[in-house]
Amino acid sequence: MRSLMTGAVVAGTPLLYATLAEVIGQRAGVVNLGLEGVMLVGAVTGFVTTVLTGSATAGVLAAALAGALLNALFAWLVVDRRANQLATGLALMFAGVGLSALLGASYVGRPITGLVELPVPGLARLPVVGPALFSHDALVYAAVPIALLMHWGLFSTRWGLAVRAVGENPVAAFAAGRNPRVVQYQALLLAGALGGIAGADLSIGVAKTWAEWMTAGRGFIAVALVIFARWQPRRAIAGAALFGGAISLQLLLQTRGIPISPFILDMLPYVLSLAVLAAWGGTGRRAAPASLGRVFQGSQ
Amino acid sequence: MRHPRLAPLARFGGLLVIGLGAFALLLLVFGRNPLRAYADIFASTLGDSYGFSETLVKVAPLLLTALAVAVPSRIWLINVGGEGQLYVGALCATWAALNLADWPRGPLLAVMALLGFAGGGAWAAIAGMLRARGWASETISTLLLNYVAILLVHYVVFGPWRDPEGLNYPQTTPFADGAILPAWPGSRVHLGLLLGLLAVAAFAFVIARTRWGLEMRAVGGNVEAAHRLGLPINRYVIVLMIVGGGLAGLAGMTEVSAIQGRLRPSLSPGYGYTGFLISWMAGGHPVGIVVAAFVLAVITAGGDILQMTQALPGSVVNILMAVLLFVVLGRPQARA
Repeated sequence: MRSLMTGAVVAGTPLLYATLAEVIGQRAGVVNLGLEGVMLVGAVTGFVTTVLTGSATAGVLAAALAGALLNALFAWLVVDRRANQLATGLALMFAGVGLSALLGASYVGRPITGLVELPVPGLARLPVVGPALFSHDALVYAAVPIALLMHWGLFSTRWGLAVRAVGENPVAAFAAGRNPRVVQYQALLLAGALGGIAGADLSIGVAKTWAEWMTAGRGFIAVALVIFARWQPRRAIAGAALFGGAISLQLLLQTRGIPISPFILDMLPYVLSLAVLAAWGGTGRRAAPASLGRVFQGSQ
Repeated sequence: MRHPRLAPLARFGGLLVIGLGAFALLLLVFGRNPLRAYADIFASTLGDSYGFSETLVKVAPLLLTALAVAVPSRIWLINVGGEGQLYVGALCATWAALNLADWPRGPLLAVMALLGFAGGGAWAAIAGMLRARGWASETISTLLLNYVAILLVHYVVFGPWRDPEGLNYPQTTPFADGAILPAWPGSRVHLGLLLGLLAVAAFAFVIARTRWGLEMRAVGGNVEAAHRLGLPINRYVIVLMIVGGGLAGLAGMTEVSAIQGRLRPSLSPGYGYTGFLISWMAGGHPVGIVVAAFVLAVITAGGDILQMTQALPGSVVNILMAVLLFVVLGRPQARA
């Protein structure tokens, strides 16, 4: 039970960062299926920077920067060039797969210290919740506060109002004196940074190594989680915890030698994502930003 | 450029040059010689008859996986599940190859093709049904189903279907001769290429000359109006997903039968995803699909070469494919 909870927190953290990245972009009306690629580039940049500088902090910052840069390219294509969001996002995924392979080619499998655990004095000794909640690295501790901060930012600040207005109705937002283009760029740069951090958390926080395509579809799971979260950062916490739990359970069953094929167990997060989509996708659609992607709902 | 028929080709050529140039710049940044890289790619794929035949071997599944995207895209459906549909098609075809091994070649191959189509189609139908009921966007569900399909193939080749004499390789027993698609003598170019070309021709015919093609254009153009006309929109959603998925499943059947001769986990180097790029580059146009499939077959084959001669990871060609699609998607558009 204890290791299940600890595992859920560890596996849920990159998912939470990734889901927040997708939430902020979609709130501004842009679907980014390239999140998977952004995470990969973040993962490799964070890892290589950590190897070269010896500083995991520098790694996280570099990953955020790299993610934002890649998303800037995406923003230019979908905002300025009016390219189809879904197709461009998938092309971005391809670019991320290739770029990360190229950048990380000579670093595959290298071990690093990575992010160090910072046990909270006193609390870390508590039974069960101590190891599960209070013996992690800084990125894990920061994840939930960042989600709450983003929730507040989206729903209680003028900037958040502008982002939501652009996602609902760019024409009205423009008439009200907001430039949708600027707002969408801001949201996508922030999303890129968060996506980069999500990847860095995988490479220098969880795995402490780099392997090609190590995100294994987490970027797509995050897109499904956005729907579960109804585009609310606060609900994303619950979604990430649920999926972190599923991944953790799957790993736990494998190490316990349960007589189920590991390949069947590996399906769990994807099948769960599909179930969540089917359960929340229909009723949840009303919660979606009205101008989301436009092509997303069909006609352009 | 004046000639109306040459204009799209000239445009495609121009975009190709921009894409190749951008990738060359990137290679320069990473200290590689882009001219050498391109020379290696072209020499190995177009330079001799063996290389050319191996390129055609890759064109065959790409035509089918591109159609898997192009068919549903007639009515704005975005099928990104070609990869998974290909794997399920291969899985179903393999079942026939292993269990009906004593059948004569003709009927066995027909059953394998049928099961391949049915398997891929059924896999895509899941996404089609979710979409038709308004439960989930087919884009995300097809993506997620890819992972499940590939794991399913891993499960059978590591588990129940594993060849006990496979020397620790996860794979099924080799297929009987009757389950192998005929190939052009002296090469690996197989009947799947003809099948792919026929499928493209059939697609071109249906969209241009049949009532279905017209109705698809109506649904694709204006759902609301099509609905008022009484067109069965949900039926089109499910049927077109099944046909698309079926074609990808057929690609899985031809790969497993003609190229692998047994089911292996490394069935496809991402043919499903490459098919998606091809269809979008071609704008879903039949002739464009054939041209783009050939170009991307050259690039796919080139990835293996770059790995050997330039010490680049094979997946760098993903960058080239992405850049090409970026160029196509970001081109100045006449707003339709």
